[in-house]
Amino acid sequence: MFDPVILFFILGVAAGLMRAELRLPAPVYEFLSFLLLLAIGLKGGVELARQSPLELLPQIVVIALMGTLMPFVAYPVLRLVGRLKRADAASIAAHYGSVSVGTFAVAVAYLTFRGITYEEYMPLFVVVLEVPAIIIGIFLARGVSRDTAWRRMAHEVFLGKSIVLLVGGLLIGWALGAEGVEPIRPLFFDLFKGILALFLLEMGLIAAGQIQVLRRHGLFLVGFGIGMPLVGAVIGTGVALMLGLSLGGTVVVATLAASASYIAVPAAFRLIVPEANPTLSLTASLGVTFPFNIVAGIPLYHAMAAAVHGS
Amino acid sequence: MSPTTSQTRKRVTIITEAVIENVLLEDVEKLGAHGYTVSEARGKGSRGVRSGSWGASANIRVEVICDDATAERIMSHMWEHYYNDYAMILFAHDVEVLRPEKF
Repeated sequence: MFDPVILFFILGVAAGLMRAELRLPAPVYEFLSFLLLLAIGLKGGVELARQSPLELLPQIVVIALMGTLMPFVAYPVLRLVGRLKRADAASIAAHYGSVSVGTFAVAVAYLTFRGITYEEYMPLFVVVLEVPAIIIGIFLARGVSRDTAWRRMAHEVFLGKSIVLLVGGLLIGWALGAEGVEPIRPLFFDLFKGILALFLLEMGLIAAGQIQVLRRHGLFLVGFGIGMPLVGAVIGTGVALMLGLSLGGTVVVATLAASASYIAVPAAFRLIVPEANPTLSLTASLGVTFPFNIVAGIPLYHAMAAAVHGS
Repeated sequence: MSPTTSQTRKRVTIITEAVIENVLLEDVEKLGAHGYTVSEARGKGSRGVRSGSWGASANIRVEVICDDATAERIMSHMWEHYYNDYAMILFAHDVEVLRPEKF
């Protein structure tokens, strides 16, 4: 049984591959990602209002650690097996250590569709996982050199669109609580599924563009684009087990570990490590990993989580 | 001064990736430009198609009207710091302007 949003993604990919006369206006894309990021933040924030964030501190630390260590798993594979240049390997490692908010949204929709509950404060994990991998990636690419524009990096990373809207949404949701959020519920909560469907239609079109570029880059990227998420999902499942999360929570953390950023990390790396080839990393994360996770990965991680939870 | 006594300045046009807009404009101003105009762009070049539909594939067109010395500085700065790593083209030509003292 297909979640409706997946079908929109497939439509987008098909339309893109067949070069249909479908152009998405940039402002529309921007608007939909705004809505998505804010809605995800809001939901998480409302949950935080219910539950003291201090209790979550140990979990946050563990999750942050996972995000920090993931690039070190990817980097050797990219350097030694992929024979990629240092900057490219570091960039891709950073992409895969970070997360894709779109993939997170689809995972959440998948669970909701099947009536599986999960810890609603997960958007906090999304925020926490966005940043460490970027810093590690830059360190891997440049070492601790004075050349690196650390201030610019901090600005780009902590004041980038994703973080600002996610954290902003979290804070607003937290301040408003479940009751205060009622007036804006129709747009951000009730329409979320529809907005996500449109967003995935656009992502399908964009991913199709990346898929067409794949041919030039060979099998390694495809293999890595599927293999690394699987490895990530296993690590994520382990971490979720360690934290004692629910079945749904395990699926989400596995998906987060398996996802690869295509907004925050590319933007940061383009500015700080410009010698890294942006096409390589985007092709892998958008052309291979994102479609894989959306269509096959999430159900797979669900099965893995179910097996581990013994249900 | 009448509108017919205009003077010549250089118009430098840079078409490049949208992600570097902020740093680029900072640099352009530091190099002596008194202002600039930015517009969205899309297209295709040796680094591939820039379809403009979302962040990573969006382009900008930056236009600066300035004197010859500033134009020189801008062009060499772009050459040194951006041309190697970013999708960028730059071209300059002479234009007639009103109120040349503004540039």
